[in-house]
Amino acid sequence: MTKNIVLAQGNGGEENAELISKIFYKHFKNEILEKSEDAAIIDGGRLAFTTDSFTVSPIFFDGGDIGKLSICGTCNDLAMMGAKPTYMTCAVIVEEGFPVADLEKIVRSMKKELDINGAMIVCGDTKVVPRGAVDKIFINTTGVGVVQKSGISSNNVSTSDSIIISNQIGKHGATIFANREGMEFSSALQSDCTSLWPLVEKLLAEGIAITAMRDATRGGVAAVLNEWAKQSKVCIEVSEETLPVSDEVRGICEILGFEAYNLANEGTFVLAVKSEDAQKAVEILQGFEEAHHAAIIAEVTHQYDGRVVLLSAWGSKRFMDLPTGELLPRIC
Amino acid sequence: MSSLELKDLYDGFRDPEVIKGFQKRIAQEALKLPRTVNIMEVCGGHTHTIMKYGLSQLLPKNINFIHGPGCPVCIMPKERIDHAYVLAQQSDVILLTLGDMIKVPGSHGSLQDARAKGADVRYVYSPMDALKVAEENPDKKIIFFAIGFETTTPMTAALLDVVIKRGIKNIFFHINHVTVPEVMTELIDSRDEHVNSYDHRIDAFIGPSHVSVISGSKIYEKFPKEYHIPVVVAGFEPVDVMEAIYMMIKQFNEGRSDLEIQYKRLVTPEGNLKAQGLIEHYFEKVDLFKWRGMGNVPNSGLKLRDEFAPYDAEVLFKDILPYEEIDDHKLCICGDILRGFAKPQECSVFGTACKPSSPLGSCMVSSEGACAAYYKYGNLL
Repeated sequence: MTKNIVLAQGNGGEENAELISKIFYKHFKNEILEKSEDAAIIDGGRLAFTTDSFTVSPIFFDGGDIGKLSICGTCNDLAMMGAKPTYMTCAVIVEEGFPVADLEKIVRSMKKELDINGAMIVCGDTKVVPRGAVDKIFINTTGVGVVQKSGISSNNVSTSDSIIISNQIGKHGATIFANREGMEFSSALQSDCTSLWPLVEKLLAEGIAITAMRDATRGGVAAVLNEWAKQSKVCIEVSEETLPVSDEVRGICEILGFEAYNLANEGTFVLAVKSEDAQKAVEILQGFEEAHHAAIIAEVTHQYDGRVVLLSAWGSKRFMDLPTGELLPRIC
Repeated sequence: MSSLELKDLYDGFRDPEVIKGFQKRIAQEALKLPRTVNIMEVCGGHTHTIMKYGLSQLLPKNINFIHGPGCPVCIMPKERIDHAYVLAQQSDVILLTLGDMIKVPGSHGSLQDARAKGADVRYVYSPMDALKVAEENPDKKIIFFAIGFETTTPMTAALLDVVIKRGIKNIFFHINHVTVPEVMTELIDSRDEHVNSYDHRIDAFIGPSHVSVISGSKIYEKFPKEYHIPVVVAGFEPVDVMEAIYMMIKQFNEGRSDLEIQYKRLVTPEGNLKAQGLIEHYFEKVDLFKWRGMGNVPNSGLKLRDEFAPYDAEVLFKDILPYEEIDDHKLCICGDILRGFAKPQECSVFGTACKPSSPLGSCMVSSEGACAAYYKYGNLL
């Protein structure tokens, strides 16, 4: 590991995983933490518990803002463990000079998202720091959820599962990149930032046999599938043609040399469900506007255990690797 | 007429049926080959295409790819990266460069490490972005660490052109531009016929795509003429590369060695004359440029002409730049890989001590390097 923290260590990929295991896990070591799930399952399996800090530039982006993100992010982590979001905290660090009107706009969009999840903020904290000490505003939210279905875990994916993606991939990452760099495309590109609990609730109500769920945030779909392949000691074989990618995201990836499956999502999740339920799960998801493009994308085998393989439409294959390093545009 | 969408530019060139069609035709033609042929794709972009789309998996066993030295990030020697590192650490300097140059380790670390220690290092999409940075930071010296082959050289020249015409006083250049034909010549001339068997000889070149858009295909004329090695200039999409291979195998079977253009939608024999004029006006050849993993290659680098020395960071900062020679890592066999004598998996540190997150050698650095592409995509057969 490097002597000083580098940006690549926050990318949700290999360097990020190394930092977490060599610094945090080393000292905080305990059974619950080491399960490394989206949310910790506590209180004898009754509650799910998680936290997330949000920093995004720009704070208002196409399809959302840091407030919406801060509720979606934490509630989605709870939903991914089959838990209904309930009580939340909100801690804000804001820079001197920040417009109060913007702060209120952010808080209003948090409230709107809380209502969608049926959750409420029950305690909080506010710190104001001198100009330059933070980049405008950082928000931390912590959430507790009540587990509706137990046993959902990224350690249990097996060959009897099919892998589903809930939406077109890479929209949030592509939007933030384009907004941040001031790239103007005449396109309908928007972040996919959305709350996933309503979708999960419906899947559970319909009795879908869900093995694992994870929202494909930093590191994208590739990070989720690679973690599952490693943790469950299986090979995940993805048919490249079935990966739903919008024309806008594909275009940005072409120009900059990115892969859509490495880009972050904020309202798109990957599911492993029993193969016999897969088609039904896709149909249920497609009933939601934010999961209109849900599709079965992969099967689970033992061809290369611990790895994710991409199958091309012309019969060749390659690894779908974890993203490494900072996301940097290609040179020529 | 409806407007052209971005996807129209690549969808057809990734059509599974067309790729499979070429696969069949190549297989038929390859039956007539008397021995295994070695095709070198000079350009890192082609290495990336071949690995990403798994094209080597579609070819018969008697067609072998040799991955050439055409990745501008990979070939950057530590000495030059150390220059960038030192420049970036000056408190009044903002160092700009292109994309993943930021990740490449020099002897003290990468530019990413320099940035973590407080240096102001930024990447730009276009050298023209330097104008905005210069305007916003009038008290700083903006140094553009210029890299790349003929493809990116005109952009550097165009920036210098604007800087001079507008009288901008705080943009400077550290030039690391290199040229393709000279290193291709070096690859052939450095082979010893008595030592190298057919296994290692280069039988054909896939000519770089975007280098050729600028320089024209004329820069490769001497390879068919003087060395009897076919050159096919190809595009970067899988259909492009498959068609180029088909064209080459036809040349072998018909006993020809010609210069052909597959990438006709963008490449002409003459190239972009305006860009060539800009390069000619601002740059001249340096006698030797050291390539990482390959050593000194005659006439393969560019520098600013003497009359533009006031813009040359190497001149302005000569008192603080380090000049000692640095050897490549002992275990690294990048030199042999770049020359086509070895494949990445033959290296003892491949995938263990040397990985994309901690590269020892040049080929592991950028996604266009052969080792990085093998590591990333697995070279599954």
